[in-house]
Amino acid sequence: MEYEVVVGLETHAELATVSKLFCGCSTKFGSEPNTQVCPVCLGMPGVLPVMNKKAFEYALKAAIALNCKIREYTNFDRKSYYYPDLPKNYQISQNYHNLGVDGSMDICVHDRVNRIRIHNVHLEEEAGKLIHPEEAGADYSLVDFNRAGVPLLEIVSYPDMRNVDEVESYMQTLRKILLYTEVSDCKMQEGSLRFEASISLRKKGSEKLGNRVEIKNLNSMKSVLKAIEYETKRQADSLDRGETIDRETRLWDEVNEKSARMRSKEEAQDYRYFPEPDLLPVVIDAKWLDEVKVTIPELPLARKQRFMEVFKLSDYDTSLLIEEKILADFFEGCIKIVDRPKAFCNWITNDLLREVNDRKLDIHHLPIRPKQLAALVEIIEKGTISSTIAKEVFSEMIQTGKDPQAIIEEKKLAQISDEGFIEAVIVKVISGNPAVIEDYKKGKKNALTFLVGQVMKETKGKANPKMVNELVQKKIDA
Amino acid sequence: MKIGKKDIEYIAHLSRIELSETEKETFVSQLSDIISYIEKLNRLNTESVKPMSCAINATNVFREDILTSSLSLEEAQLNAPAANGVFFKVPKVIE
Amino acid sequence: MRLFEYTALQIKEKIISGEILPVDLVKQFIEHIKIIDPHVQAYLNLHEEDALQKAAQIQKRIENAEKVGYLAGVPIAIKDNICTKGLTTTCASKILRNFIPPYDACVVKRLKEEDAIILGKTNLDEFAMGSSTENSGYKITRNPWNLEYVPGGSSGGSAAAVAANLSIMALGSDTGGSVRQPAALCGVVGVKPTYGRVSRFGLIAFGSSLDQIGTFTRDVKDAAVLLQVIAGHDIHDSTSMPVPVPDYLREIDSGVRGLRIGIPKEYFAAGLNEDVHNALKDALRKYEQLGAKVVDISLPHTEYAVAVYYIVANAEASSNLARYDGVRYGYRTSKSNGIVDMYCRTRSEGFGNEVKRRIMLGNYALSSGYYDAYYLKASRVRNLIKGDFDVAFQKVDCIVCPTSPVPGFKIGERAKNPLEMYLSDIYTIPANLAGIPGISLPCGFSKEGLPIGMQILGRHFEEEKLLQIAYAFERETDFHRKKPVLKFSPTQKE
Ligand SMILES: [Mg+2]
Ligand SMILES: [Zn+2]
Repeated sequence: MEYEVVVGLETHAELATVSKLFCGCSTKFGSEPNTQVCPVCLGMPGVLPVMNKKAFEYALKAAIALNCKIREYTNFDRKSYYYPDLPKNYQISQNYHNLGVDGSMDICVHDRVNRIRIHNVHLEEEAGKLIHPEEAGADYSLVDFNRAGVPLLEIVSYPDMRNVDEVESYMQTLRKILLYTEVSDCKMQEGSLRFEASISLRKKGSEKLGNRVEIKNLNSMKSVLKAIEYETKRQADSLDRGETIDRETRLWDEVNEKSARMRSKEEAQDYRYFPEPDLLPVVIDAKWLDEVKVTIPELPLARKQRFMEVFKLSDYDTSLLIEEKILADFFEGCIKIVDRPKAFCNWITNDLLREVNDRKLDIHHLPIRPKQLAALVEIIEKGTISSTIAKEVFSEMIQTGKDPQAIIEEKKLAQISDEGFIEAVIVKVISGNPAVIEDYKKGKKNALTFLVGQVMKETKGKANPKMVNELVQKKIDA
Repeated sequence: MKIGKKDIEYIAHLSRIELSETEKETFVSQLSDIISYIEKLNRLNTESVKPMSCAINATNVFREDILTSSLSLEEAQLNAPAANGVFFKVPKVIE
Repeated sequence: MRLFEYTALQIKEKIISGEILPVDLVKQFIEHIKIIDPHVQAYLNLHEEDALQKAAQIQKRIENAEKVGYLAGVPIAIKDNICTKGLTTTCASKILRNFIPPYDACVVKRLKEEDAIILGKTNLDEFAMGSSTENSGYKITRNPWNLEYVPGGSSGGSAAAVAANLSIMALGSDTGGSVRQPAALCGVVGVKPTYGRVSRFGLIAFGSSLDQIGTFTRDVKDAAVLLQVIAGHDIHDSTSMPVPVPDYLREIDSGVRGLRIGIPKEYFAAGLNEDVHNALKDALRKYEQLGAKVVDISLPHTEYAVAVYYIVANAEASSNLARYDGVRYGYRTSKSNGIVDMYCRTRSEGFGNEVKRRIMLGNYALSSGYYDAYYLKASRVRNLIKGDFDVAFQKVDCIVCPTSPVPGFKIGERAKNPLEMYLSDIYTIPANLAGIPGISLPCGFSKEGLPIGMQILGRHFEEEKLLQIAYAFERETDFHRKKPVLKFSPTQKE
């Protein structure tokens, strides 16, 4: 039987605030366990939450960027379940009045734009971290509450994805939007961006959705894709055997690349949502909405399309440029100074990215400014240095942060266009290679290239190549 | 709405409270009484009434995104029933 | 007059003038408590050393003519569901037996800033769930007017402490009448401020949308003094409102001439004790003599208030009390098999029956399939009850009614029937649902010699007016000056 897979994703992203959602504890990652906690985030008796305004605005910003309808009135609810990493045994979240609803995000798969609907976007608090000791026979678990209370954005999509390529594009696009809007650092390895998938199968051509299975514990985008592939096959085999699919929650086992049942529908949690009495509702008026709207930059897909149209760059080049907002910003910074899109695109996507990778640089703290790269490109155009020398200068710029002109002067890398000097070198090279001259006269035209190369070598690449070419030709033809 | 033993067992589990058989019986009868008393609310038609979850009419209370001091590890663990180094210790949690 | 019989207003003047030394005062209180409290059982924990130390500090500052706070040297007792940094706070529950808060409640911080002296922490119904203080996990507090009677609840310890001269004033909390009802039963003045008037930060939550910290004092002026210190906006409580706090004493004796007092007919219906009814009638006559106009009003949804309250308060409680799980603080069972078993044993061993009953009722009202029928329905009816008050306050300046339908009841009398106990709060609950302020003050005595309380309810944030109206009555009567004569029988001794 042929099946179609139907996938919806639930995304959690930690918001990039300095302090937690309801208290002033730090959100910094990687500190000593249980040192970023206070009575509020430990859920001590008598404490009350007070909402971090920036966290709320970040959530609002993301919801707008995801084309959600923003509710004028929004409210928070308690979601109750017992788990030792959840200090109050309820999570302050949103259920009855989500911040944003009915949104959408366009993704691009094989050059085609696809619209994935967003069910809702809401704000909630992060849980702590539970550690299961690895020692054999350990009958205990350990809890660190440093993450407890970090603001968390939840984005719930409709089950609008039909294959892994769409899922991958959804995750990548969403990540880029969150990075572009600067609401989250999206570091998957630190858990600040996480996905859960719900997967169901249906007969090709059928409209009716099958029972969905939710998959948790997906630690990377790769795991998400692998789990979908695994689950598609598992469910298809099951259906082929005439079995039905249970509505259940499964855990992904990263090591064995398998999923296993965590709980069935019957054991489904009864979350007992009700309005959080310790927080007041939030009313978002048009003025506030506009204030947040103007902070949203041009989003990745729109920017890509503009780059292709305005700068006549290829699909591939623009994909690389918009991958990181900082690169696209850098590109636009350069363009404003010198109008050489293709040149800048090449420098950024080849040389700059290579340097970043080789030197393991933080892309958000580049040691070079657009003004400097623009200066380098201008110097090349003027013919002051050759493109080979330019690469050397660029590398030096990355290393030292100096301006290209300074490096060229310091290292005396400027191109030599002194005709007399070049002629003298040519004479020396010709007299040193009588056999080559012979060959040339016999008709071997590539002997000319050899001689030019020798001259360049003698001048450490600094001689103006155009002049060298002309002068060598002139000399041996004479 | 009559509350039965099954209901009490389900609610007790939601509440993470363990009950003996006699306690279950007592709670079945007491909660049934209270629930039937509460059902007097059904006499009222409230279709057009907005639910009220807060006693005051106010909205939009925020704090700024500013750090304030946290507890020291020692203060954080002062009341902990069990700790293991820098962690709080709990019986094994199986996912 | 013995030192511990003064009001706060009197004592603070004598302290500032140097006539009374704070250390002597605290010593006298402690001595008196040690004789009397074994019979009354108002305190769970006495903070003798801290109190003496603080008194010595204040004494020195007064001697050096340094600045001291508004409540300099005034002893106060605090209900044990209000967090005190470094001092055990148990909520009268075994589940918090040795809990030491690492922070002060906002009100405690303000009291300390004004140099009040915290004598100790008082008994309550476990997690403030009850109307008799019989549900404490530790001890039963007795009514100083008759030790066989309950002091009311849940702030029974605080009310009894003030009535028996074991403290000059006290703080309590009021979720459905827990300040006003014990104040009435113990013959003292109790104020439940407007929801949002006093910060709840550090008050261990029961029903978050209803809870409010309130005051117990010997007279109305002391209530004004204590409210002055604890009222006002706090950034740590999102529901505390930035409404300016007036000087509560300034206009306190403006009288009631021309004011309209509403009498809700639903509060004077069947079930009201005859002595209480008569005391209220006399009080209303007094108000008319003083120039107020008494107006009949109706609060038609009153009969639904208890039902709404037991859903809303317990739904919130079921969630507020989920945190007592033996993980981060408090009691943990000694032996368990895995995490779920640990939770269940810890909570079953740590909570008393009333608390369990309410947690379960609350979880039931919120559980899948019942939310709309119970929680949502109750939230809608709550709005109708609030609407009743909105309508009434268009016609009248305040509402006067009994605080409790009966002058008191005996220990054990209602303990077996939860529903009957719940109905003791019938007159106090509506104010919590609507968020309006209320005050209870002594207005008479029953045939058995038990005090009777009169309740005055007002508009949101109009505590100032309530205090004026209450003071107008108090100034003309001397019910508040009567003190219980403690009679101890040998069997009641510890
Ligand atoms: Mg969530
Ligand atoms: Zn914190």
